Amino acid sequence: MRMGIVVLVAALLLPTLALAGPPCEIPGYLLYGNNHLKRVAASVKDARRLTIAVIGTGSSALAGPEGPSSAYPARLEAALKQHLPGLAVKVIPLVRSRQTADDLAKGMAKLLVDEKPDLVIWQTGTIDAIRRIEPDDFRTALDEGIETLQKGGADVILMNMQYSPRTDFMLALGPYADVMRFVAQQHEVPLFDRLAIMHHWSDTGEFDLYASGRDNVLASRVHDCIGRAMASMIIDAARLQESEQKVAQ
Amino acid sequence: MHAPAVTTGRDLRLDLFRGIALWLIFLDHIPSNLVAWVTIRNYGFSDATEIFVFVSGYTAAFVYGREMRERGFVIAGAHILRRAWQIYVAHVFLFAIYLAEITYVASSFENPLYAEEMNILDFLKQPDVTIIQALLLKFKPANMDVLPLYIILLLLFPPILWLLRLQSTAALAASALLYVLTWHFNWNMPSYPSGYWYFNPFAWQLLFVFGAWCALGGAERLTQVLHSRLLLAIAALYLLFAFFITLTWHVPGMGQLVPHWLEELIYPIDKVNLDVLRFAHFLALAIVTVHFVPIDWPGLKSRWLWPAIACGQHSLEIFCLGIFLSFAAHFAMTEISAAFWMQLLTSGLGILVMVAGAGLLTWYKRAEGQKPGSKPKKMPDADLAGGEA
Repeated sequence: MRMGIVVLVAALLLPTLALAGPPCEIPGYLLYGNNHLKRVAASVKDARRLTIAVIGTGSSALAGPEGPSSAYPARLEAALKQHLPGLAVKVIPLVRSRQTADDLAKGMAKLLVDEKPDLVIWQTGTIDAIRRIEPDDFRTALDEGIETLQKGGADVILMNMQYSPRTDFMLALGPYADVMRFVAQQHEVPLFDRLAIMHHWSDTGEFDLYASGRDNVLASRVHDCIGRAMASMIIDAARLQESEQKVAQ
Repeated sequence: MHAPAVTTGRDLRLDLFRGIALWLIFLDHIPSNLVAWVTIRNYGFSDATEIFVFVSGYTAAFVYGREMRERGFVIAGAHILRRAWQIYVAHVFLFAIYLAEITYVASSFENPLYAEEMNILDFLKQPDVTIIQALLLKFKPANMDVLPLYIILLLLFPPILWLLRLQSTAALAASALLYVLTWHFNWNMPSYPSGYWYFNPFAWQLLFVFGAWCALGGAERLTQVLHSRLLLAIAALYLLFAFFITLTWHVPGMGQLVPHWLEELIYPIDKVNLDVLRFAHFLALAIVTVHFVPIDWPGLKSRWLWPAIACGQHSLEIFCLGIFLSFAAHFAMTEISAAFWMQLLTSGLGILVMVAGAGLLTWYKRAEGQKPGSKPKKMPDADLAGGEA
């Protein structure tokens, strides 16, 4: 994760998310880096609109009647609308359960044509880890998917796996998380390190991720926090804070 | 490690470091365990697996090499294969325990946040396929990859040992060639349901054969080189370099201190195929260790180090016990508390149980030896060489 010393200092001083709502404490270094979302910045500035596609697997959705509105893509849209009033924000969730990174990468060209997104949030890794796909093949799939998206003019944010303490003895996420970190660095795209962020919440006691109950309360709260954290990351990486202030001036 | 090849004296350093490696493997296998920060994988490229594989190769050659000299290829080869069978049985036993824990998780865990992660349990839906694939060593759950590697290495060991005794340098060269070809042609063994072995046997054999080569006189030949100050300095510098690189993974913001060309050069550091950086890191560790811990180091006889040495002397049993204990520790963390005190407690207790188990095995062994009317053992006593092969 790339970042400046200034950000580090700011992160240490201000560990809480700036966006409104109940606090979901995240250290700044997990959210803010140096990779710039140019297309998002341009679209917001010139067209006053922002179209985001979230492509991912089961952990980008929640089940039940309230599911679609409480999953993080919808929470992201709400947070962006709240924070960037006057902007036409649309977040399109494209959930393809049980698909590997390679499966998802193959759909990227069509996704660009169908949705014309400014930004694609690509959540992946869990299914690859479950099926124990060769990390090298996983890396190739990520490379191909990101290249397709970037050539098509879209910005990209990679999102890695959830931290799941009850199942982590049977799921070796490490190699896949390493690959995603490496690929994000190589392509200079921001990485939303969901694994580290949720690990942090578990360590600080923000959420009891060991809970085994069936109700949706914990899941909705976690998704809400992820949505708002993602909004902060986008606003920072596209330097929207500054440009919005300039517009106001 | 310059133990003479033909003496009966045991190199306690092998037991010591294998024992420590077993503890580290145990700690690393407990998920979300903060105590695992002390393990060497956080301070350099290589981890306890390298130590375990090298020492296992060393002791296998030491024990079975002597037997091959005294009793011939067929008897020694048969004993090696019997050992491979024992390890296979141990692996299947661990798989049964693993099944017990995950079926429990499957029936008790319903958090909708983790609906996707529960797909890991899909294989329970078709036990007819999965269990057979597990018995064929193609289906290997996470953290259960070391023993299958060990089995393959032992299955291939009789001819390798024969060649090592005949022409040790040629055998080592052949091993290195296989390593290079494996990298070049991407050879590996297939896994079920997809992918390949997590520890590629065609790559990891290099470390095993290198250990065996050292045991059969290679280390003696290296004595001159091992004592050179220049080599020691290079090794120390390399360890520092690896330490710095690993630090950049853990300390936020440090990643940008690594220049882009260096990243291109060293990443990704491939564990599957025993990346040459990992191999070099193990060598550097060994060089520095051998320098500071000579074979006659008095500390090896101290009772403070006995616990680690005892564990290293019963490596198969203690390894399996460690895997079992890591499951149990994870179970305790999910069911009781995952607080730091609990991590400390389970880590400490686990190591205590491993030491107690090793003590018990030592006691058994001694009691067997003292049985009235028992004949002196004819069979190669693998433990004499500093642990089983």
